[in-house]
Amino acid sequence: MYTQALDIPQKDADERGPRAVESPAYEAEFNARIDAGEFIEPKDWMPEKYRKTLIRQISQHAHSEIVGMLPEGNWITRAPSLKRKAILLAKVQDEGGHGLYLYAAAETLGVSRDELYEALLSGKAKYSSIFNYPTLNWADIGVIGWLVDGAAIMNQIPLCKCSYGPYARAMIRVCKEESFHQRQGYDALLQMMKGTAGQREMVQDAVNRWWWPSIMMFGPHDKDSIHVESARWGIKRISNDDLRQKFVDATVKQAEVLGVTLPDPDLKWNAERGHYDFGAIDWDEFWSVVKGDGQCNVDRIAARRKAWDDGAWVREAALAFAEKQAAREKVAA
Amino acid sequence: MERKEWPLWEVFIRSRNGLDHKHCGSVHAPDPRMALQVARDVYTRRMEGVSIWVVKASDIVASDPDAKPELFDPAEDKIYRHPTFYKLPDEVNHM
Repeated sequence: MYTQALDIPQKDADERGPRAVESPAYEAEFNARIDAGEFIEPKDWMPEKYRKTLIRQISQHAHSEIVGMLPEGNWITRAPSLKRKAILLAKVQDEGGHGLYLYAAAETLGVSRDELYEALLSGKAKYSSIFNYPTLNWADIGVIGWLVDGAAIMNQIPLCKCSYGPYARAMIRVCKEESFHQRQGYDALLQMMKGTAGQREMVQDAVNRWWWPSIMMFGPHDKDSIHVESARWGIKRISNDDLRQKFVDATVKQAEVLGVTLPDPDLKWNAERGHYDFGAIDWDEFWSVVKGDGQCNVDRIAARRKAWDDGAWVREAALAFAEKQAAREKVAA
Repeated sequence: MERKEWPLWEVFIRSRNGLDHKHCGSVHAPDPRMALQVARDVYTRRMEGVSIWVVKASDIVASDPDAKPELFDPAEDKIYRHPTFYKLPDEVNHM
């Protein structure tokens, strides 16, 4: 990703005036580029609202990856075998990597990494509410891979064609790795389903708890969604409801093969629509978790704050060391 | 509080010998050695590369997107620079 720090030679006189200003002519040009399917790159002119929307979306996405390490990290020391532990470690490391790709993409829009972190730690920025649910048993780890990462993939694949180049490129990288996440989760559950009755019950219990939060991950219904410009600007290419339907349709068969029941009595095939119908989503629960009253909101942010504060001396020491080395080299030269 | 971030480095990776290094992203690190280490952890977890370059982002000089017309448009009307401009007899057209 190109970055805001790139040094662009200053021109003395720009006959078009400073590009920072909002102007209908620039905006028309920008819209024409979007309509032509062109990518927008960091130093191109863009409407301020496009820039702000992207910063909000990309940084929330990055925060979700970083906070998403916590519920899974909870099980690294308790994984049932060395194989599953190695897989889980790789997955959690990937989540950290995804967060870093995305922070780097957000920074190309002229915001600093520290500002982004501070927005997360102060509660100003949101992250996906799914990570405010606890991981109570080992099957939760499998179900997170299967359903939560499965839902994330549905959401993320269209973002690979998002109009903002650095975001699209980061998402291509993320999506390649997410596929491993989903498959390893399903594989872990298959293994448990071949085990004892108690293990099968654990899987069903985890599915019961994660199903509804997973389909809430696609966000509010289209009629209640407030971000209309995202579609106009090629940031969001498929609507929340369409993505959710796609996810439900894909998951029913997977549940059947696995041998679990999805906890929705209204879930049934609708031949007329060619899709599965499903029950009403409890949006009160969704909003209460978003607003901070989920089971783990307080713990998650406290864990991130602690990591940030405890790491402060390392960040400072590494920088002081680098500065000292650079000063010594200068003297020696 | 004064904000003091680790500098930003652009990361370029050669996926295998015989290919160019290609830009793949950026990392924050206090010095070149750590920038390489972080780039390795973030961008090559699945054998994506055999060689990494890191360059301080502030050391890169880039062309201005606004200068695109004067920099690149002049090449647009020089179609005679392409081999397809020359129509040759069918018998020798695969030259």
